[in-house]
Amino acid sequence: MDTKRQYEVVFIVDPTADEDVPKLTESFSQIITDQGGVVTKAETMGKRQLAYEILHHKDGTFVLLEIEGSGKEIAELERRMRVNDRVLRYITVRVDEDRRRAEKLKDRRARKAAKRPAPGEHRRRGPAMEFAEASGE
Amino acid sequence: MATNYEDRQRGGGYDSDDDGDRRPMGGRGGGRRMHRRRVCRFCIDKVDLIDFKDVKLLQNYLPERGKILPRRISGSCATHQRMLAEAIKRARNIALLPYTTD
Repeated sequence: MDTKRQYEVVFIVDPTADEDVPKLTESFSQIITDQGGVVTKAETMGKRQLAYEILHHKDGTFVLLEIEGSGKEIAELERRMRVNDRVLRYITVRVDEDRRRAEKLKDRRARKAAKRPAPGEHRRRGPAMEFAEASGE
Repeated sequence: MATNYEDRQRGGGYDSDDDGDRRPMGGRGGGRRMHRRRVCRFCIDKVDLIDFKDVKLLQNYLPERGKILPRRISGSCATHQRMLAEAIKRARNIALLPYTTD
């Protein structure tokens, strides 16, 4: 696969290991770059309450990574996160296809809007009027 | 255990513009049915992508029981309901939203 895929990875860090968050983010980003991927965005979403307890933790620090790559760096990243005790949970979502689709829908809407005249305009110069003009009335 | 969506609807944050009244008008049989147009909020707002990290938005479609609000209540179109359901499920997975609440 030579086409670049885009992923969003969100992981939750143990709140008691809060000071490790930058280090952890750094090391995960390093794994990605080592595997040939690109980290387009690394953002800490902050500490927030979990909707349910995970390993008896009631809150956690959420970190978002946006990654571009072939997919094999994701496998490595997930493997590392799985064995890391400080990562309570992670989720990887492939976003490029959905984004492309959204783009397409947006384009289509724009084209439609451009083709259709404004509603007021339409009323003033409808086909009936043109017909009337053509037949000299 | 039944969640009363009709009640929730009045107080809840989601679309209040659904078919609240399917009952015939007046006492006579065969009366005209009141029909209020249900419209998909996402279509109006021209949403192409529903982000699973957008907890504020998703919460509107999650009544107190934590179940996904059905289309017949919210009036979402099929496409957007599908996107919404997917997003809610992802959010649940990373504890942004609850699976259940009791």
